[in-house]
Amino acid sequence: MLLDIVVSGLISGSMFALLAIGFSLIFGVARIVNIAHTAFYMVAAYCIFFFTQRMGLGSIISMLLAIVMVICLGLLTYRFFIEPIREHEAAVLIGTIALAIAMQEVMLLIFTGDFLSVPSLVGGFFSIMNVKIFYQQLLTFGAVVAVLLALWLMLMKTRLGLAIRCMAEDREVANLMGINERLVAMATMGISVGLAAFTGAVVVPLTIVNPFMWMEPLIIMMAVVVLGGLGSLKGSFLGAYILGFTEALVVFLIPKGAFLKGSVALSIMILVLILRPEGLFGIAFEEER
Amino acid sequence: MGMLSYYFRKSLTVCKDEVLVLPSRVAVGVFVVTILVLPLFSQSPYLLRILILSSIFAIFAASWDLLSGFTGQMNFGHALFFGVGAYSAALLNIHGHLPPWASIPLGALGAVLTGLIVGIPCLRLRGTYLALTTLAFPVILLGIIFAVPDITGGELGLSGLSRLTGSRLWDYYLTSVIMLVSCAVMWKITDSNTGIIFHAIREDELAVRASGINTIRYKLLAFSLGGFFAGISGGLYAHFMRIAGPSTLEVSMSFTVVIWAVFGGIVTIYGPVGAVFILFPLLEFLRFWPEYRTLAFALVILLILLYMPEGLFPYLRDKLETQCPRCKIRNVAKRKTCRICAAPLN
Repeated sequence: MLLDIVVSGLISGSMFALLAIGFSLIFGVARIVNIAHTAFYMVAAYCIFFFTQRMGLGSIISMLLAIVMVICLGLLTYRFFIEPIREHEAAVLIGTIALAIAMQEVMLLIFTGDFLSVPSLVGGFFSIMNVKIFYQQLLTFGAVVAVLLALWLMLMKTRLGLAIRCMAEDREVANLMGINERLVAMATMGISVGLAAFTGAVVVPLTIVNPFMWMEPLIIMMAVVVLGGLGSLKGSFLGAYILGFTEALVVFLIPKGAFLKGSVALSIMILVLILRPEGLFGIAFEEER
Repeated sequence: MGMLSYYFRKSLTVCKDEVLVLPSRVAVGVFVVTILVLPLFSQSPYLLRILILSSIFAIFAASWDLLSGFTGQMNFGHALFFGVGAYSAALLNIHGHLPPWASIPLGALGAVLTGLIVGIPCLRLRGTYLALTTLAFPVILLGIIFAVPDITGGELGLSGLSRLTGSRLWDYYLTSVIMLVSCAVMWKITDSNTGIIFHAIREDELAVRASGINTIRYKLLAFSLGGFFAGISGGLYAHFMRIAGPSTLEVSMSFTVVIWAVFGGIVTIYGPVGAVFILFPLLEFLRFWPEYRTLAFALVILLILLYMPEGLFPYLRDKLETQCPRCKIRNVAKRKTCRICAAPLN
């Protein structure tokens, strides 16, 4: 029981962490609330399904191809649909919702609404204390940790990372210091969508692929981001594991928990917000006018 | 008799000098008259059904505009009020055996209560935080509904509610009159002092507080008003469809109302109403290509946003009318001088 909770919490927590950090990154840099973020994750899952099942490519190659394709798609949609309306906050919200719905419909047209699945990268499992742990789960967790480390190094050690952090801190001053705002925003969008695609790639063997799979993680991802503080990567990371473990606890300990897992996780978010309106690690902005 | 003819002549003058001079006012008048006389020309149940649902969703979209457009409290969980209205009307009707004329207003009061419960934690949040937090509330309620299927019907919902009225035609008149009246009330509210304070809260809450206005009271008022009208539309929907199901609380419901309102143009009650009456029938008539329907819907919204980010109706209105720079009265765009103060319009 205990181990079940730990495994399930770690896996869903890592998935939320990846999604939420990508979402947080683009919000911090360009102030874009990208509702379509999890739709990119869904598209990546479908790309992998297409390459492995229909084209017969290897798993690793199809993952890489999927990530590259989704990044291209993300940059194109950013350039043509999001950037022209960036100044209107409400319009961006609606635009990205419409984008997500459009992607869902396109996938529905191409692959129909059937539930599909992708075989795992590595088979087999071992058991500790009567709990099956699949190697795929270990691999997913390892990959998530590796990517998060790489992202942290990129943000802290490279010039692009410095520029991204500058933009997140103060866009106007960053612009005055000679940082090309548009280019950095584009690069951040690429990284953010890439993270979503990567999440899709590592999670796809563990879940069922269908065109509506973007809705459920969307809510929890937003809860994570709000809980941790908008734009704060550390907050998103911690919030993801808090909510991931909460969900696991509710599912395993409360009868009918599967229905209530979302409710309990979201109630925790609301409780935290009542105590700390800016989230765990958010900065209380001086009345942004 | 003298008084009567006086009022008649006065209303004619008002009609000639205030309504017929502006295309937007003529359009509103034509819309109201069309809604009221339409059954004289066609009583096809299918057409009436589409228009009844459009009326119900028009109230819903306008109530979102009243809450989120005017006070700037971006509510991404407006389906909560709709769902609470629908479910409480259904519970009162099925378990309490109340007729629709009692269960719908009581359901709306339930939605007002929910608005207050939700509004109090939301007072401390603003902007994106608020939008993302409110998204959570309907999902929480949905989880609770699934967890107690004995009372709420679980995934199947509560079915077998009593009908609104005896016939489709009376259903149509009831919903469209309620829609016209409640939209007029909302329009009036936003035109009053309260509406001005709502505007000011959106523009600069700190300045409003500094002017000695209790913003907390006004924000809660906005939440309860939005909740009330959304609850009425939820109750009407439940009684018309004769079922209150989980679909009333889904995320897509919250998103759809935001899409309608932003498409039509926020901070104008008429925008969302017009948008529902364009988009909802459009979606129905696109049923000949069911696979492409939602995709077309999404693409239309993206294109509209790219070319008119303010929304469709404010864009059209700005094309047709200009504001006099001196006396702020609206004029037809083709006039050279203002119709009241004769100042040149450029």
